Amino acid sequence: MRKYLAATSVAVGLLTGAAYAEDLTIGLASEPTSIDPHYHNLTPNHALSRHIFDTLIGQDQVQNLYPALAVSWKPIDDTTWEVRLREGVKFHDGTDFNADDVIFSFERAPNVPNSPSSMGTYTSGKTLVKVDDFTIHVKTEAPYPLVPNEISQIAIVSDSIKDAATTADFNSGKAAIGTGPYKFKSYVPGGKIEVTGNADYWGGAPEWDKVTFRPIPSAPARVAAVLAGDVDAIDGVPTSDIEALKRSDGDKVSLWQGSSNRVIYLHMDQFRENSPFAKGKDGSAIKNPLLDARVRKALSKAIHRNAIVERVMEKVAIPAGQLLPEGFFGASDKLEVEGYDLEGAKELLAQAGYPDGFELTIHSPNDRYINDAKIAEAIGQMFTRAGLKMHVETMPRTVFFQRASSGAEGGLPEFSLILAGWSAGSGEASSPLKSLIHTFDNERGFGASNRGRHSSPQIDAKIEQALSTVDDEAREALLAEATEMAIEELAIIPLHFQVNTWATRSGLTYQPRTDEFTLAMGVTRE
Amino acid sequence: MLAFLIRRIGQSAVVVLLMATIVFFGVNLVGDPVHMLVSPEADQAEIARVIQQFGLDRPIVEQYWLFLKGAVQGNLGTSFIFGQPAVGLILERLPATMELAVCALVLAVFFGIPLGVYSGIKPKSRVSQVIMAASIFGFSLPTFWVGIMLIMFFSVQLQLLPSTGRGEVGSFLGIDSSLFTLDGLKHIILPATNLALLKMSMVIRLSRAGTREVMQQDYIKFARAKGLSFGRIVWAHLLKNIMIPVITVLGLEFGSLIAFSVVTESIFAWPGMGKLLIDSVLQLDRPVIVAYLMIVVFLFVAINLVVDVIYSLLDPRVSLTGAKS
Repeated sequence: MRKYLAATSVAVGLLTGAAYAEDLTIGLASEPTSIDPHYHNLTPNHALSRHIFDTLIGQDQVQNLYPALAVSWKPIDDTTWEVRLREGVKFHDGTDFNADDVIFSFERAPNVPNSPSSMGTYTSGKTLVKVDDFTIHVKTEAPYPLVPNEISQIAIVSDSIKDAATTADFNSGKAAIGTGPYKFKSYVPGGKIEVTGNADYWGGAPEWDKVTFRPIPSAPARVAAVLAGDVDAIDGVPTSDIEALKRSDGDKVSLWQGSSNRVIYLHMDQFRENSPFAKGKDGSAIKNPLLDARVRKALSKAIHRNAIVERVMEKVAIPAGQLLPEGFFGASDKLEVEGYDLEGAKELLAQAGYPDGFELTIHSPNDRYINDAKIAEAIGQMFTRAGLKMHVETMPRTVFFQRASSGAEGGLPEFSLILAGWSAGSGEASSPLKSLIHTFDNERGFGASNRGRHSSPQIDAKIEQALSTVDDEAREALLAEATEMAIEELAIIPLHFQVNTWATRSGLTYQPRTDEFTLAMGVTRE
Repeated sequence: MLAFLIRRIGQSAVVVLLMATIVFFGVNLVGDPVHMLVSPEADQAEIARVIQQFGLDRPIVEQYWLFLKGAVQGNLGTSFIFGQPAVGLILERLPATMELAVCALVLAVFFGIPLGVYSGIKPKSRVSQVIMAASIFGFSLPTFWVGIMLIMFFSVQLQLLPSTGRGEVGSFLGIDSSLFTLDGLKHIILPATNLALLKMSMVIRLSRAGTREVMQQDYIKFARAKGLSFGRIVWAHLLKNIMIPVITVLGLEFGSLIAFSVVTESIFAWPGMGKLLIDSVLQLDRPVIVAYLMIVVFLFVAINLVVDVIYSLLDPRVSLTGAKS
């Protein structure tokens, strides 16, 4: 009897083994809101669209650009980029890919009805001209070096769907025709998304015959699903589970970690003479101490970044001294992580005229970044040690971002000190510099997320110069300089870079990505 | 009967209008959906475009008026996130939730009533004490914890049942449901059990209390004296008389099973309405939250009506003409 059982279990093992060898199921923490690649400028949507659609230029796991549907791109004069397209590529419906599809995609991308966040962010200021079937000219009004980065965000759809190109048509699959490594199969909102391998893919047939994405937003359930073998891979492994998984389930699952392009930082009110949440220790109104660079420096010194990384983040983060991890385009190689120096901090506070500290409130979301509320609490304790009287207030992101951006009278930021995070979608330093550091400027679209309103004409000039310098080397140097100036003036206080964790069942590997995408293309068999 | 129905529908309309007002202002005065939806990389012009697209640049009273106007025509708004009519989005998820609610209710009734009646008839026996103790656990353990424990035990340790998700959907008599496939049934066992535990405990307690009361009644004693079999007494005299409170409560609970199985649906990644609601709350998809709550109001009003009608069928003393009293 026992022998018989053993034999059947081997047979069953072989059967399931064979079935698994071809199919892959991935449990996702956040679900895409649509199959339409131009509908919503949102990370899960972009990640899903990379399976079905290609972009002209791809971004690899560390966000370096590589040729995808474009084989080459170069500036031919100050305001024109020439993009040569790949020949012989076929869409999933068998039609040929050419320049018309590119023109159609870029026309459609910024104009999808009801889009909650449009792709216009990447297409604005660019005019596409078809030169011949496989050459495109991208024209800008002024010299603009980020053309390749920005067009790498736009998925190319087939212009054969011109008449049926509504978002609903994509969700039903009718219009979901791309050139990507996987073909659309089915979409049940909240349930699952299925794609099948495209054996004729121009980049070679993909690893898996069929991939199923299942949204499992509850973190413990997601971990249980991979432990139970219901899914083969998950993203967003909670930091609190990592040690336990390594210890007790090392034979069942493997963990894959990689630093992200997301920096967690503090923004300080640097534009009001009287900041609403900075007071004297007796509660009296005082001149905003955060206007004084020495105070900001003192705060930065009072933060024990290694302690935050080790205790709060359970070692799953990297202490930050600037806006992007080293190695990214435009990151400075001169900047070091600010060391913990409590005495130095107290001294600086005394020099600035606050020997006994002052009262300050830190505001933070509690459901946006990994362990965000706990980090805010740790910072509160550290500043208390430096002599400040601290309050910590955390709230859901739905409330936090509105108040932090425009909660005060006249649509001004409401808080004095906030904790927030920034992910550089373009994979280079101009993204955080433009949005977090540059002076807030409604007209020209700069500093949209500069909630501390730090403003320095010199840094602005550097950023703008970088944004019009097409030469890569010169631009990289300018971005690094701007970053150094911003950190020198403490426009923001960087805390750490998030590290993301994926888990797969053992026998599979995952290639972590800095842009936090979860891609079936990154899952391979050992 | 007709007069009763008309009167009830009139009352219901007032309730619905009041709820619409409370819900609309309650949801629309908190937070800012635009910052939830717009990519952080977007510039100020894009933010302004989205504010205008959602109509958030208009005064709140005007927004309310537009909402009421749409609601009368059956349009409860368009989802900010999905760009589809909110009602359609919710109804699309209704079958999955109904499946779960019906299964949970069936489990609660089929286990709850016999166990409750048994422990009411023999309150002192060991088995009854175990049943009552277990029902206290059913009441007091938090749903999310029990859910995780069920997953850990049956899926991770024993690897018997799938941990999350809804199974294959089959078709039978023109109805699409995952209850018609083996895979679907496997998937529904854990979430339905999780959802049923609390209701089951409630049914046990209600039917036990009812049984103990009814067993003391003269008509039961008389039936015994008449020499009726025990089974006949339980079926014909006991059950009928304890069912009224049980049905009242189950009616209300069925509404809450459909409307607020949020926790269970989230843990088991069940693609139903509850999960949609919690996602919408987290992302401030206001039209969906408002539409959801309005649908729930309708649902409760309707269920209450049905419960009243069932009363009259079960208990001839309850009359639905009502107007004279």
